[in-house]
Amino acid sequence: MPADLAGTANAVPAVVRVGVERAADRSSSGIGFEDVTVAYNGLVVLDSLTLAVNPGEIVALIGPSGSGKTTALRAVAGFVRPVRGRITIGPRDVTNVAPHARNIGMVVQNYALFPHMRAEENVAFGLRARGAAADVIRQRVPECLRLVGMASYAKRYPRELSGGQQQRVAIARALAIRPQVLLLDEPLSALDAQIRRSMLDELAKLHRELPSLTVLYVTHDQTEALTLADHIGIMRDGKLVAFGDAQSLYRYPPNRFSAEFLGRANLLPVQALVATGGGMARVRFRDGAFVARNHHALPDGGECLLCVRPHDLCLAPPDAASNALTATVKSVQWQGDMQSVELDVDGHLLRVSCAPMHAPPSPGAPLTVHFSATQATLVPETMVRG
Amino acid sequence: MLVWSRTGRALTWAFALLLFAVLYGLPIGVIALASISGQWNGVLPSHMTLEHYVNALQGDSLEQLHVSLWTGFVASAVALVSGTWAALALRPLARLPKRLLDVVFFIPSAVPSVSVGLGLLVAFSRPPLLLNGTTLIVLIAHFVLISAFTYGNVSAGLARLPIEFEQVAESLGARPFYRLRRVTLPLVTPYLIAAFSLSFALSMGELGATVMVYPPGWVTMPVGIFALSDRGAIFDAAALTMVLAISTSIVLVGLSHIPTRASPR
Ligand SMILES: Nc1ncnc2c1ncn2[C@@H]1O[C@H](COP(=O)(O)OP(=O)(O)O)[C@@H](O)[C@H]1O
Ligand SMILES: [Mg+2]
Repeated sequence: MPADLAGTANAVPAVVRVGVERAADRSSSGIGFEDVTVAYNGLVVLDSLTLAVNPGEIVALIGPSGSGKTTALRAVAGFVRPVRGRITIGPRDVTNVAPHARNIGMVVQNYALFPHMRAEENVAFGLRARGAAADVIRQRVPECLRLVGMASYAKRYPRELSGGQQQRVAIARALAIRPQVLLLDEPLSALDAQIRRSMLDELAKLHRELPSLTVLYVTHDQTEALTLADHIGIMRDGKLVAFGDAQSLYRYPPNRFSAEFLGRANLLPVQALVATGGGMARVRFRDGAFVARNHHALPDGGECLLCVRPHDLCLAPPDAASNALTATVKSVQWQGDMQSVELDVDGHLLRVSCAPMHAPPSPGAPLTVHFSATQATLVPETMVRG
Repeated sequence: MLVWSRTGRALTWAFALLLFAVLYGLPIGVIALASISGQWNGVLPSHMTLEHYVNALQGDSLEQLHVSLWTGFVASAVALVSGTWAALALRPLARLPKRLLDVVFFIPSAVPSVSVGLGLLVAFSRPPLLLNGTTLIVLIAHFVLISAFTYGNVSAGLARLPIEFEQVAESLGARPFYRLRRVTLPLVTPYLIAAFSLSFALSMGELGATVMVYPPGWVTMPVGIFALSDRGAIFDAAALTMVLAISTSIVLVGLSHIPTRASPR
């Protein structure tokens, strides 16, 4: 699977591509997982993970709680030892290297700032531990604190800082040692929604300022992943079930789980696929037919799922070649700028997000919704690779 | 507050104070009174005097205070170092073996200290382990009796320390010893101080084992108090008890004022 990363490079924003190139001259390092398997007491919690994080790239690992994301991160940091497989940082195989010799910056979920040290001492910790010269410490500590906007809080103890401020200090502490890679484990999950949003912007800004930094970002929040990551890996039960650049993963999910986890897609079971050329295919649903994208080149005659996002379902035909579907209204919810309608089609739930209506339909009434063929994708029930 | 009504709360407090006064206040009060009395025939003593304190702070008694403080400090310090070491070493163990070892550590506390003294006396009474009549055997007796508590305190502190602190330190490049010195130990300092305080207090009051093993030149205060009351010098014994209690308290209060920056977040 890592091989297809190259193929998706054109979807990576230009800023980051420049970063990768610059990173290359500064010999920044990627992270490689090769068939990494981790077991606790014989129970496999990370199953043959193979994944490559390119130098200077942000890769987000997302998945429900317990899917093995933290375990993957801890394997890179060296706190769990794989029973099988190899982990590389840059050209170096670190599988059997002690954590303190891996040159990794790590930010854990609750930050773990040393409570007995001031912010600046926390940031200086890694440099001191490595025996850095005093003038290097004097120069780099304020520099890192400035980078995260915490220069004026250098003398504070962690208990005198808010959650968001602690988080910044934790990032500064990780960056002070100029790590080859930065590991972030749900760094925003302990913050409230508003601060989370602004921290997300700041993380993006930070990466623009340090374009050669390779970041592995673990989260269960799809918004964080979609906002920050160049590539996203979706984990389930210790397995990587999807990997790709954020946009194509969202538009063409490779299986049911990723379609549902990333952006709550509507999925309808459809049959009798017939390719119609131009990457499109016709499928049968009940006694009607739909036309949709066949991005994964599913074979003719088969069964699959029709994936269409809630906001791509409209009440009026969007174009001449659109699909139409009549369903029963289950509930209507007004959410300020949006109207959320739940429909029932043969026992399948269909969510529609649309602009607020003057006369919303009442539950039990029939409603016809439309969607453009290009906004709908055919998705196999299980894994497609590559 | 578990009790809501005003009178209920007042009654609860009154009962608690009464219980406290009877169980703690009365014995201590009696000793305090005895330590300043010249004669005690009625309900209250007569002829108040400070003579017993003068006795307690000179000659043999002063020497005993010195011996007790010295023994307490040395035994507690050694117990702190080895208890911390043991707690650190046994930390990675799985739950069951650790539980079993914890039990083993506490066995010396579960048998009468006289028996511990007797055991040491017999064990160290012939070459090559001939320690009878030395100061060292007193220190060993105290160490055996208090080390389980230092171990218990320190391992409780380590168990409460979230593993992330040390892991982050390690990933930042801290080698094991640096990490121990700069992160682990500072973060458990309150537990180290508590462990030392408890050991010190236990050592200062230790009688059973000491009585079995002490050499003539190394008499601790409890042994001295025991000897005085045995001879019928009750008021001198009471004064010496007060000196013991006060000096122990001073040390404990001093220990509790050691500044630790490792306060919880
Ligand atoms: N130290 C451990 N001992 C035993 N099982 C563990 C340990 N850490 C994690 N697990 C198990 O491994 C699985 C994956 O955990 P984790 O990687 O933390 O998931 P995530 O970060 O995706 O929520 C979970 O089922 C969890 O119970
Ligand atoms: Mg986790």
